[in-house]
Amino acid sequence: MTGRPAGRPLVPAYLSTGGVARPSRPQLERLSVLARSGEPVPPGLPAAELALLDALEGGSLAVVEAAALLRLPVSAVRVLAAGLADRELVLTRAPIPPAERFDPDLLKRVADGLRALKHT
Amino acid sequence: MASAPSSTPSAVTPGAIHLPDTARDLVKILVAGPFGVGKTTLIDSVSEIRPLHTEEHLSEASAEVDDLAGVREKTTTTVAIDFGRISLPGGVVLYLFGTPGQERFRSLWDEIAYGALGALVLVDSRRLDASFDVLGLVEESGLPYAVAFNAFPDAPRHYGEEQLRRALDLEAGTPMVTCDARDANSSIDALLALVDHLIDPGEAR
Ligand SMILES: Nc1nc2c(ncn2[C@@H]2O[C@H](COP(=O)(O)OP(=O)(O)OP(=O)(O)O)[C@@H](O)[C@H]2O)c(=O)[nH]1
Ligand SMILES: [Mg+2]
Repeated sequence: MTGRPAGRPLVPAYLSTGGVARPSRPQLERLSVLARSGEPVPPGLPAAELALLDALEGGSLAVVEAAALLRLPVSAVRVLAAGLADRELVLTRAPIPPAERFDPDLLKRVADGLRALKHT
Repeated sequence: MASAPSSTPSAVTPGAIHLPDTARDLVKILVAGPFGVGKTTLIDSVSEIRPLHTEEHLSEASAEVDDLAGVREKTTTTVAIDFGRISLPGGVVLYLFGTPGQERFRSLWDEIAYGALGALVLVDSRRLDASFDVLGLVEESGLPYAVAFNAFPDAPRHYGEEQLRRALDLEAGTPMVTCDARDANSSIDALLALVDHLIDPGEAR
């Protein structure tokens, strides 16, 4: 992604998914985590897929972060990431299930964490 | 707000925003409100990364009623949704999504709200009615919420708390705080009003 002019999408959104309209696994969410699998990148990947792998070089990102960095709609990144996951080039981790988000322990960790941030 | 430096800086710029290795539970809170109320300012004041944004496409139906700035789009229109991130001790990563509250953003709203802990609704007390749409969307989506009045210098000072609650027709028990979105501690306090309410919804305020 280096040297890309700012303010312009890397790949037009309508081309970025190679015409694939639907992801092949349960829909990735905004906060699903994407990471490189460590598998070597095969030659001949489309530019948009390479760009996503490039963004994941050195660390994981939430879907929404990858979308922001690549200047692609969230929907396009979902499709790209699902395709790469199918080929085991990317690992995905779903966010906590909605039913578990009001777990008292989780909420307390959020509150304690926010309190700890104050006055720093 | 400074984040812990990454131990292995990547050659590409995005390395600066990779999730910390300790990240376990990613959760989100919506920072909702009408245009210009201070959503981006609040997210910026507490986020560890410079706020990013995604371009979201609105459906055609939405576009047809888009009379913002007098522009009428025939096909699709996009709206920028900005977000920030706070990595908390204990592996929790809190995302804040700045979510416009206009009725025409409903489908986008539903998608972003899915799985959220709740919403912090920003209200500008100089124009309470601008927040009616967003309060309607929040209540319909069933998201728990708290209301934060942004402290603008020329805001009327003589509203009492009860008067504001009545004017906004808030559900009983809804936390209400004043906030300066430019100030990190004040913004954190507003978020805490919401999270404490999630922990103990019955707590009278
Ligand atoms: N005095 C004061 N000014 C504020 C506060 N919050 C925001 N502002 C100012 O209000 C203006 C609008 O704030 P933004 O954060 O851009 O508002 P927004 O809700 O993101 O607006 P849109 O993205 O256009 O919907 C900026 O000039 C801010 O500096 C506040 O708490 N107090
Ligand atoms: Mg904004």
